Amino acid sequence: MTIANNKKIIDMTVSKDWQQTTVISLFEEISALAPDVALTPVSAIENIVDDIPSFWLDKDKLCKLMQALKYDLSKPFDMCFDLSAIDETERQHKGNSVSDFTLNYHLRSHQRNQDIRLKVAISAQDKNIDSVCSIWANANWYEREVWDMFGINFTGHPYLCRILMPNTWQGHPLLKTHPARATEMAPFTLPPDEQDKEQQALKFNPEAWGMKRQNKNNDFMFLNLGPNHPSVHGAFRIVLQMDGEEIVDCVPDIGYHHRGAEKMGERQSWHSYIPYTDRIDYLGGVMNNFPYVMAVEKLAGITVPDRAKVIRIMTSEMFRILSHLLFYGTFAQDIGALSPIFYMFIDREKLFAIIEAFTGARMHPSWFRIGGVAQDLPQGWDKLVRDYVNYLPKRLDEYEKMVMQNALLKNRTVDVGAYSSKEALEWGVTGPGLRATGYSWDLRKQRPYGGYDQFDFEVPLGHKGDCYDRCRVRVEEMRQSIRIIEQCLNNMPEGPYKAEHPQTTPPDKSRTMQDIDTLIPHFINVTWGPVIPVGEVSMFVEGTKGIMGYHLISDGSTMSYRTRIRTPSFAHLQMLPLISKGQMVADLIATLGSVDYVMADVDR
Amino acid sequence: MAEILFKLLEMTIIIALLIPIAAMLVWVERRMIGIWQDRLGPNRVGPFGILQSLADLLKILGKEDWIPPFSERLVFTIAPVIGAVCVLMSFAVIPFSPSIGVSDLNIGLLFFLAMASLSVYSVVLAGWASNSKYALLGGMRAAAQTISYEVFMGLSVMGVVLLTGSFNLREIVIAQESGWLIQTQFLGFIIFLIAGIAESHRLPFDLPEAETELTAGFHTEYSGLKFALFFLGEYLSVTLISAMSVVLFFGGWLMPEPLASWLPPLVWFILKILFFVMFFILLRTSLPRPRFDQLLSFGWKYMLPLALINLLATAAFKLGGFYG
Repeated sequence: MTIANNKKIIDMTVSKDWQQTTVISLFEEISALAPDVALTPVSAIENIVDDIPSFWLDKDKLCKLMQALKYDLSKPFDMCFDLSAIDETERQHKGNSVSDFTLNYHLRSHQRNQDIRLKVAISAQDKNIDSVCSIWANANWYEREVWDMFGINFTGHPYLCRILMPNTWQGHPLLKTHPARATEMAPFTLPPDEQDKEQQALKFNPEAWGMKRQNKNNDFMFLNLGPNHPSVHGAFRIVLQMDGEEIVDCVPDIGYHHRGAEKMGERQSWHSYIPYTDRIDYLGGVMNNFPYVMAVEKLAGITVPDRAKVIRIMTSEMFRILSHLLFYGTFAQDIGALSPIFYMFIDREKLFAIIEAFTGARMHPSWFRIGGVAQDLPQGWDKLVRDYVNYLPKRLDEYEKMVMQNALLKNRTVDVGAYSSKEALEWGVTGPGLRATGYSWDLRKQRPYGGYDQFDFEVPLGHKGDCYDRCRVRVEEMRQSIRIIEQCLNNMPEGPYKAEHPQTTPPDKSRTMQDIDTLIPHFINVTWGPVIPVGEVSMFVEGTKGIMGYHLISDGSTMSYRTRIRTPSFAHLQMLPLISKGQMVADLIATLGSVDYVMADVDR
Repeated sequence: MAEILFKLLEMTIIIALLIPIAAMLVWVERRMIGIWQDRLGPNRVGPFGILQSLADLLKILGKEDWIPPFSERLVFTIAPVIGAVCVLMSFAVIPFSPSIGVSDLNIGLLFFLAMASLSVYSVVLAGWASNSKYALLGGMRAAAQTISYEVFMGLSVMGVVLLTGSFNLREIVIAQESGWLIQTQFLGFIIFLIAGIAESHRLPFDLPEAETELTAGFHTEYSGLKFALFFLGEYLSVTLISAMSVVLFFGGWLMPEPLASWLPPLVWFILKILFFVMFFILLRTSLPRPRFDQLLSFGWKYMLPLALINLLATAAFKLGGFYG
């Protein structure tokens, strides 16, 4: 296919003018690099509404293209941002390129500040594809997840095994044929012999991971850290291969906190899925609602009013502070300082009181709505916020002396668990973990979403990428969050807190009792939930731990066809073996603390 | 005969008082840490929660005395006893007041050091007999830490011996009538205190039981009364190190006039001990924990040379007649 022909297809298919130029120029660049890779732009039926150039390609050309994008392109794509699959078998509205399964490769170029989405069709008869692990180191876990969830086989993968489900699990849960509700399945039982089998399956086998049991001088000790250990911050297991107290290698084992959040997305209405999002990064509260409602709004074409935007930003930043304060305290505690966390919990309590006054809930308010927020701010909200904005910086100054300046803490964390910007990008690290290496990339600055372009704040950076810098960056981020909150406080616009749009949920009620034409849509929207137009979209926010986002596919129904949740912690944990090699156990604990992950965010 | 009976009675009373005092310390520590951390601490059982330790004791008595099937039964059972006994034995040489004290051993100070060394067996054996990896790591850390730190614990008190000319603790106290040894042995005191914290495995030297790293270290597999014995041993040794600091550097029961006449010597002694116990607790609330290798290199690279310098300087001054 010649370039000219392809151009024509783009002209025909891509409807949005603002997107065209980037798509065409990127398309030409790629075609010049790899002329034999036939890229097909997505069709209009699929209706991808975000601004990420998306292409279909043949599966045997995948590795070649990946290589060209990563190594040959000027300003290359340097991060494999996400990799997921879609079971297309029950999809009503699909383009010609769509087969039984689609693999979605989401790459990011930081220099171009641009993403690309590559789609590969896979048929149910031949569920095999080449692994891209040799090109993207972090594709390892993503491919394991796709195999676990969909049964797609990646040839050439180093060790393709279950990652989220237990080893003994039968089937692939994200297939459309797999039931989504307990009522569709036989009751769960665990007879003693089954339990023994499950226990046996949890036993660690070093040989399977290519680990040796001894070297020429020593026998290694395999230490099972977790799933219940005070410092793994949740249900997380790491098997350490140790020589004395030094870690030779380690294997992180996740999945103990897996709740099937993506599957639930396929069975909940667009509106009733919001509370589930709160529990993804359970320290992030409404920050989790943010990318989800933005994605649905983008699909539905809803424009959010200014007041709602500012309220969203203000509460999100509050949750950033809440999450970072918890990080700060537990980090110090992991190093052995027992007191800071208690002082910080007092600060968190004060902020939770404000969140409670706004939303009626504390950690999981589920407060954002499609088209706005659930309620207007209560009377007197500004005094509460102003008091807090004046209160916290002084406390942070105190913690600075107590934690950050402490010589023992510095000894434990400076130059410990360090990685470079290059490694961070290679492993898909985002958020404070990336900025600690000195790489300035904050989604709020680079691609302002939800109104962040109106705010004045700085992006704190570290320079060594070690545990201390990761903590330092978060501490400074709290101060910047206070700045943003202060600006929200001083410039809160008047007006509605929810969009006037038929698909805003719950819809505007003021006229429902007056005329039947608003009563009926209201009734339907409330009982069934809104029907979101056919389309596909990815939306991301700079979350508390890194960039988190939702990839939603609507098939024109009251429920999403596919909900993909891209979480930062998943990528961060995958990097652990790289940074923990050669560390002492105590260093590993400091490193784990500094990575700031939440297992619910990893396992979903 | 009557003398022996009197001694036995004295010993019984001292032990009978020490153990409840150590138990009370658990409450004191939890309450004080609570206050220092802007929370309440245990305040429900009895006035100010003072009976908390009693409630804890009752609860711990009601627990199943479980010995893990994979452990080395005999050693597993003996280990906690060794710890508590060694610390209690050390109290035998402490002169509580001019008239109270179990034994005025001529080698009292050496006896204390010997007992401190012996108590490491408790931790090492517990770690080994548990047959658990976390316990083993804890035991290993304890062995390395205690052996390193007792070297200069011994060296740090030799200055005191030089100045007083005696290993007998009662004579050391009496020798301080003209002035507490802290005036001349400040460096020795600091080193002794640091080594003492390390001996009693308290934060920031609690690596053998670092809960964020090794869950509970050497006593991971222990529960019920055996665990309580470890706990008791730890608080007894906090009291012991405080008592030894007072005896060696702060004049024991002595107080300068007119303070001395206000309260009996025993009360002064207890008050001084309490001061150091509080210091131990405050230390725990305020400091993070160093890494294992940092702790050892700190010991050998800084503490040992300092202890030697202190000893040599004291000897030189003594020979030069500066102390009269």
